[in-house]
Amino acid sequence: MTQKPASLFDWNIIGPAIADAFKKLNPRLMVKNPVMFVTMVGAALTTVGIFTTESALRGFVAQLAIWLWFTVLFANFAEAVAEGRGKAQAASLRRARKDTMARRLQNGREVKVPAPILQKGDLVVCEAGDTIPADGDVIEGIASVDEAAITGESAPVIRESGGDRSAVTGGTRVLSDRIVIRITADKGAGFLDKMIALVEGARRQKTPNEIALTILLAALTFIFLLVCVTLKPFGIYSGAAFSIPVLVALLVCLIPTTIGGLLSAIGIAGMDRVLQRNVLAMSGRAVEAAGDVDVLLLDKTGTITLGNRMAVGFHPAPGVEPNDLAASAQLSSLADETPEGRSIVVLAKEKFGLRAREMHELEATFVPFTAQTRMSGVDLHANGTQPTMRVRKGAAEAVRGFVESAGGMFPQSVANTVDEISHRGGTPLVVASDMMTLGTIELKDVVKGGIKERFAQLRKMGIKTVMITGDNPLTAAAIAAEAGVDDFMAQATPEQKLKRIRHEQSEGHLVAMTGDGTNDAPALAQADVGVAMNTGTQAAREAGNMVDLDSNPTKLLDIVEIGKQMLITRGSLTTFSIANDVAKYFAIIPAMLMVRFSEVAPLNIMHLHSPTSAILSAVIFNALIIITLIPLALRGVAYKPMGALAILQRNLLIYGFGGLVVPFIGIKLIDLIITALHLA
Amino acid sequence: METSGWIQLAIFLIALALITKPMGLYLTQVLDPNGRTWFDPVLRPLERGTYRVMGVRPDQEHNWKQYTLAMLAFSLVGCVFTYAILRLQNLLPLNPQRFAAVNPDLAFNTAASFTTNTNWQNYGGESTMSYFSQMVGLAFHNFVSAATGIAIAAALVRAIARHSAQTIGNFWVDLVRVTYYVLLPICLVLAVFLVSQGMIQNFKPYTKATLVEPMKVQVEKKNDQGETIKGPDGKAITEEQTITEQSIVQGPMASQVAIKMLGTNGGGYVNANAADPFENPTPLSNLVQMLSIFAIGSGLTYYLGRMVKNQKHGWTVWAAMVTLFLGGVLLCWWAESSGNPIHQHLGVAAADGNMEGKEVRFGIFNSALFATVTTDASCGAVNSMHDSFTALGGLVPLFNIQLGEIIIGGTGAGLYGILVFVVLAVFIAGLMVGRTPEYLGKKIEAYDVKMAMLSLLILAISILGFSGWAIVSKWGLAGLNNGGPHGLSEILYAFSSGAGNNGSAFAGLSGNTPWYNTTLGLDMLFGRFLMIVPIMALAGSLVQKKVAPASAGTFPVHGGTFLILLLGTVILIGALNFLPALTLGPIVEHFLMQGGKLF
Repeated sequence: MTQKPASLFDWNIIGPAIADAFKKLNPRLMVKNPVMFVTMVGAALTTVGIFTTESALRGFVAQLAIWLWFTVLFANFAEAVAEGRGKAQAASLRRARKDTMARRLQNGREVKVPAPILQKGDLVVCEAGDTIPADGDVIEGIASVDEAAITGESAPVIRESGGDRSAVTGGTRVLSDRIVIRITADKGAGFLDKMIALVEGARRQKTPNEIALTILLAALTFIFLLVCVTLKPFGIYSGAAFSIPVLVALLVCLIPTTIGGLLSAIGIAGMDRVLQRNVLAMSGRAVEAAGDVDVLLLDKTGTITLGNRMAVGFHPAPGVEPNDLAASAQLSSLADETPEGRSIVVLAKEKFGLRAREMHELEATFVPFTAQTRMSGVDLHANGTQPTMRVRKGAAEAVRGFVESAGGMFPQSVANTVDEISHRGGTPLVVASDMMTLGTIELKDVVKGGIKERFAQLRKMGIKTVMITGDNPLTAAAIAAEAGVDDFMAQATPEQKLKRIRHEQSEGHLVAMTGDGTNDAPALAQADVGVAMNTGTQAAREAGNMVDLDSNPTKLLDIVEIGKQMLITRGSLTTFSIANDVAKYFAIIPAMLMVRFSEVAPLNIMHLHSPTSAILSAVIFNALIIITLIPLALRGVAYKPMGALAILQRNLLIYGFGGLVVPFIGIKLIDLIITALHLA
Repeated sequence: METSGWIQLAIFLIALALITKPMGLYLTQVLDPNGRTWFDPVLRPLERGTYRVMGVRPDQEHNWKQYTLAMLAFSLVGCVFTYAILRLQNLLPLNPQRFAAVNPDLAFNTAASFTTNTNWQNYGGESTMSYFSQMVGLAFHNFVSAATGIAIAAALVRAIARHSAQTIGNFWVDLVRVTYYVLLPICLVLAVFLVSQGMIQNFKPYTKATLVEPMKVQVEKKNDQGETIKGPDGKAITEEQTITEQSIVQGPMASQVAIKMLGTNGGGYVNANAADPFENPTPLSNLVQMLSIFAIGSGLTYYLGRMVKNQKHGWTVWAAMVTLFLGGVLLCWWAESSGNPIHQHLGVAAADGNMEGKEVRFGIFNSALFATVTTDASCGAVNSMHDSFTALGGLVPLFNIQLGEIIIGGTGAGLYGILVFVVLAVFIAGLMVGRTPEYLGKKIEAYDVKMAMLSLLILAISILGFSGWAIVSKWGLAGLNNGGPHGLSEILYAFSSGAGNNGSAFAGLSGNTPWYNTTLGLDMLFGRFLMIVPIMALAGSLVQKKVAPASAGTFPVHGGTFLILLLGTVILIGALNFLPALTLGPIVEHFLMQGGKLF
């Protein structure tokens, strides 16, 4: 699935959406949206009114009816467009889910069975070229897997038994080697199936805030219904018997059709935006909760720092030339393919112009790092088999043992340097050549560019960041200070993470975290927003309420913003919708009264042409504003990270004050146009 | 709009601001069962004795359902008690005038009216009620209905202030403490003050005075059975009567007036209410009466701030109320000062504006101010006839009531009323900042929105539903003495006043008919108790919520932005509902008056 944000004007989506807008007129679907249901009933009543009204007004009532139907259709269209964008993505997913044959292991023998009959707990074999039949865990072997079907990423990923990379997804393809998979999901409940259902919106449930807002809108609708119904007797008393179509026009203009019509589109589009970031949210509730999060637990590695430590300096022992230390350090790292090792080679080249030499030129053999020696390096053989020179780098304690066993000594100043580097949050590696201690290489975690600014923004938004690391407290504190996080947890175990989350929640905070390992699962489940990495284990993916297909922990920050944006869009359009009522009153009420009391003419402050043109203009404005705001609903209101008060002031000004002013202008313009066209 | 008016307005506002904090601090002590006051040595034993007699365990708090049930049970018993007294007054003592039993619908209306703190009077006290009915059946409610309102407000504030809890206080304790420590002592002081201004307080018989100049009036001619005799055209036949003597009311007036104002009850001792020279003798008594209407409601906003440990929030709510109050006063004052163009055209207008229905001693400004205060605060006492205001001047009291009596409001009722709008404002604004809306750290969720909107719905249904019925039914129109838009205003005003528990009336509507007695009685009961139940449910929900600590991500519920937001919510959600009906009433009337038509 490629997540290019679909253009707002993609005919492949708009075409079917127009058809869907009509299909959604089904009253059983409409009743779920009280505001638009009332509008539709009003449109139907007005349609009947065309035939019962006096012939002079028939054209006017017919136009009213048409625009009221358009109001309903525009709202349906907004929802259909939002769903259409999801469906397009679902279609590409579905192609990946073609039914395959699986090689099921039965009593040690392979039997070919159709994938749909696989059950939880079955074992299947997959070899190069096979499509993995269903979700499962690798229990034997290692293989490279093409997951482009779900991530859109063409580079293959490694999946192996044990560890944190054991989960495989049905519909992906094994590229090399052979693995045995234990199936963990029944047909139809797999990851891909969930994704399809989610993006199609078939399983869409209203989020808590959406439900609350729906109640508010329904109650407002009911109140305005009451207002318009009682206006009939008031009118009869006053000698101005208001006709049903006119009362319906007033009702539809007063009830919050703008937000009522766009509400579900906003929710669907929010989910869609999350998906465009290649994050799969299991529910809209999770996305909404992300907007509420005020504590982020972030893994240091990958989120705050680049994955690896880098060499940043050489500290020679007394009496050793810096050049010599650098040369030996480079020598010891020539064959070291770890990122740390390569960074040493690069640093020596940058600082001292030392060119990396070839191992075989030097007749050197590589001594790899082992858990026992805790050192790596090279042995040089000038000739023969006995090494003439042994160069090692490693942890201070290990190198001290190496030097002292060779009869040399470990200078106190080097030990001091080691301590200093540790205090700074760096990692010291001591370099020695036989009995000679040459000095220390300083490795450091490199904090990602721009991350500090990002945390500062989060702080402005009222979000606290907590860095989680397995490092010792000293190292952790130094990195925390450099990255600008608010707090850190050093030497964190999964239990401590869980405890921390519970503690924060007990204080009323909402917590988000990312995780990938099986041991993260309890914490992911406990967190209000748990983002599992797609590379993680099946357990982690089940426990979280979102899965990041790119396995990029920094994305948590994007998700928070999308969650907020979704709520802001709803709130702003609600404010806009309610504020619109003022102008509509000024358009319709004088028009209704003019027929009986011509003295109220000064109330017609917009100087609308005639009572019929005024009412018609208000209804047309009310319909057109829905279609005008569809792009905003789908894209979301612009969001900048800043304090709540600043956001509130900005949105109150744009949508509250704007909501007061815009309809005055809009209704006047429409009135001018329809008057010019002799429509009213 | 003369300078003296501006000075008096400033004095009123400053005095109001000054009494708010002391009143709030005192309420904080009273509404805490363990709070301390100066009156403890005297009132503590009385308080404890009351609990023993009632069988109340003061340390046992109620959850919202228990609290609400206790309040409803108490009100129901009080209502039935009063109904019984009115129905049986011919058998009861202290009835020297031998008044008959009050008829069922009027007894229902009156019992509902006093139980709900409305004090709508569809009767003339001096010709209907025995002393026993007045003193036992009605005066009792002046105290306890006010105390009930304060208790409900305190329960809601506690629900906001507490977290992860179940209970919101003990209704009986709140009721007893408010009555003993707040209403009785302050009324005592107030009554003494009013007497010092010349208000009467005695048990003398009515005084007969001979008129200097005998007066002739037309009265309806009655037959031997006391029925009106009607002529062939269906209209009552009138005859001329010469009056030479006037009966001057005496009695324990000051004590009644004190609680009428402080408890925002509003029922007048005499029919002319606060326009009567005895019931409102001096400019100072006028000022103090207006201040005492606002005193408790204003103090409760300070109590709110104190309890939720955010005094600025309390003051912001106060500021919102005062802004709406000022808007009303200025519009009403301006409209009344502008006067009636028809009178001006004829050259018969008073120099300072529309003086029709106003007491000359108070003039335009103090009449406009009093009208605004009494309708802001669901009091209903009047020192001028709202019915005789200009169309726009009369719109102000009507609009104030329709906002739901939240501008300072009735004792307690004003605070819990505006807190509903605070919750809605927070909900809409909270979404706009991108978080699940929080009010003082508590998430506002679907249930809370539902309960808040339900209470608004009930107000709209009561006012618009009953008015809509009245205006096209023969029973409703039967009571109407004025036609045209003014008649609509009168009916709207009656049902607004009932549902808003105000009790003031646009005169001109004959309310003492079985139909009006019943519908207005129901209107008052709906407006009071059907509103309180969802509000208490809201309290029950809020008290259980956890509190999220404030951060830069939560917007403050104090300061100018929140003030504007709250005002916007009150106007757009609370008021727009009534605009169409108002346009057909006062607003059309205004334009017609400009065109030279009167009703």
